[in-house]
Amino acid sequence: MSGESVKLLGYWASPFALRVKWALKLKEIEYQYVEEDLPNKSPLLLRYNPVHKRVPVLVHDGKPVAESLIILEYIDETWKHNPILPQDPYERAQARFWAGFIDEKCVPAIMSAFTNQGEEKEKAAKEARENLKTLESALGGKDFFGGETVGFVDIAAGWIGLWARNVEEIAEVNLIDAETMPLLNAWFGRVLEAPVLKECVPPRDKLLEHNRGFHKILTAASS
Amino acid sequence: MAEVKLLRTWSSPFPLRIVWALQLKGVPYETIYEDLSNKSPLLLQSNPVHKKVPVLLHNGNAVVESLIILEYVDETWKENPLLPEDPLDRATARFWARYIDDKVLPSIWESFTKEGKEQEEGIVKAKENLKYLEEELKGKKFFGGDKVGFVDIALGWLTYYGSLFEDIAGMKVVTKEEFPLLSAWAATFADVPIIKDNWPSRDKLIAKFQAIRDSILKE
Repeated sequence: MSGESVKLLGYWASPFALRVKWALKLKEIEYQYVEEDLPNKSPLLLRYNPVHKRVPVLVHDGKPVAESLIILEYIDETWKHNPILPQDPYERAQARFWAGFIDEKCVPAIMSAFTNQGEEKEKAAKEARENLKTLESALGGKDFFGGETVGFVDIAAGWIGLWARNVEEIAEVNLIDAETMPLLNAWFGRVLEAPVLKECVPPRDKLLEHNRGFHKILTAASS
Repeated sequence: MAEVKLLRTWSSPFPLRIVWALQLKGVPYETIYEDLSNKSPLLLQSNPVHKKVPVLLHNGNAVVESLIILEYVDETWKENPLLPEDPLDRATARFWARYIDDKVLPSIWESFTKEGKEQEEGIVKAKENLKYLEEELKGKKFFGGDKVGFVDIALGWLTYYGSLFEDIAGMKVVTKEEFPLLSAWAATFADVPIIKDNWPSRDKLIAKFQAIRDSILKE
């Protein structure tokens, strides 16, 4: 869009930055991408997100917006075509609920399965599976959480299809159980193959190696 | 007129956010008090995932999670808007509301449920968190500007429960010296009629939270 400056501060392996990339792509918004070196955060990042000092940060005409789900809502309210959230207040509340559920329940459980070992790990994996099963109930019989097309919850949760698979392989746990959550399993395949989303996904091999490295550090620290 | 029901407990600050929002907008509603040690079928049915209050029932729909309910209320009843118009201002309000629930509240609770050195460290952390909100108040009467808004409602518990916690735990977090703006805001906010009229009994709350603190410290 002419006359607008949109910048995204992100990190190639960050699932939260991926959410914003997806939203910007779906809305066909041109933006400048700034890759942060996370062990070495830029003065720009620290200035634009002094409270949390983390990516993603969207900077629109010099004004920063932080926190991925908040950025998604900002994008949806600022660029009104190709809506991400539904119109109806109750459906919006449900979308917000499931996005919140992902961040407050699914993410910590998956992280816990990734960083722990032995019994702690299995306990966390079980909790993660339960949470994912609960998330599946929100799909109903639909192709996407957003209905016929990708919406807020799809954007919020899609990354799990990559990351959880990495965690499964690296930490040797079962998270996305095809038998007990067939609909969610099918949705993961569908959402990561969706035209616009597919293009933004980080290279899988690189991501796996990156997370493997992470795992080594985390488990060395806890053993 | 569509039916509106609010499931709440007498003591939890989260349903209070919804009480304030509904009353500020002049929305008539019915209150259903829950006993969380004996959750009603209605509560379990309408909030099966978290089984918590508040729950807003409207037109047969159940909306849960207080900040999400606030947005639903704001979108459904347009009088006295809680969120500002401008997308950037809205993003800022949402940011601070989340910050309050994710950082401020836990750090105050942490200080409340500890003693000695651990409590001191908790207080330092809580004050660090509150500094950002102090900044945010510069030049404003309320976080929402001239009127009570989204962030005021999100932080409102601090003006009553916060001071309660301080008294019970023998600590002082929101000092006038370090937080002149927050202190002034707390007085202004607590004086708004709708806010003033809806606080639960201070004595009952003190008894309840004293008991909670005692049992946590025993562990």
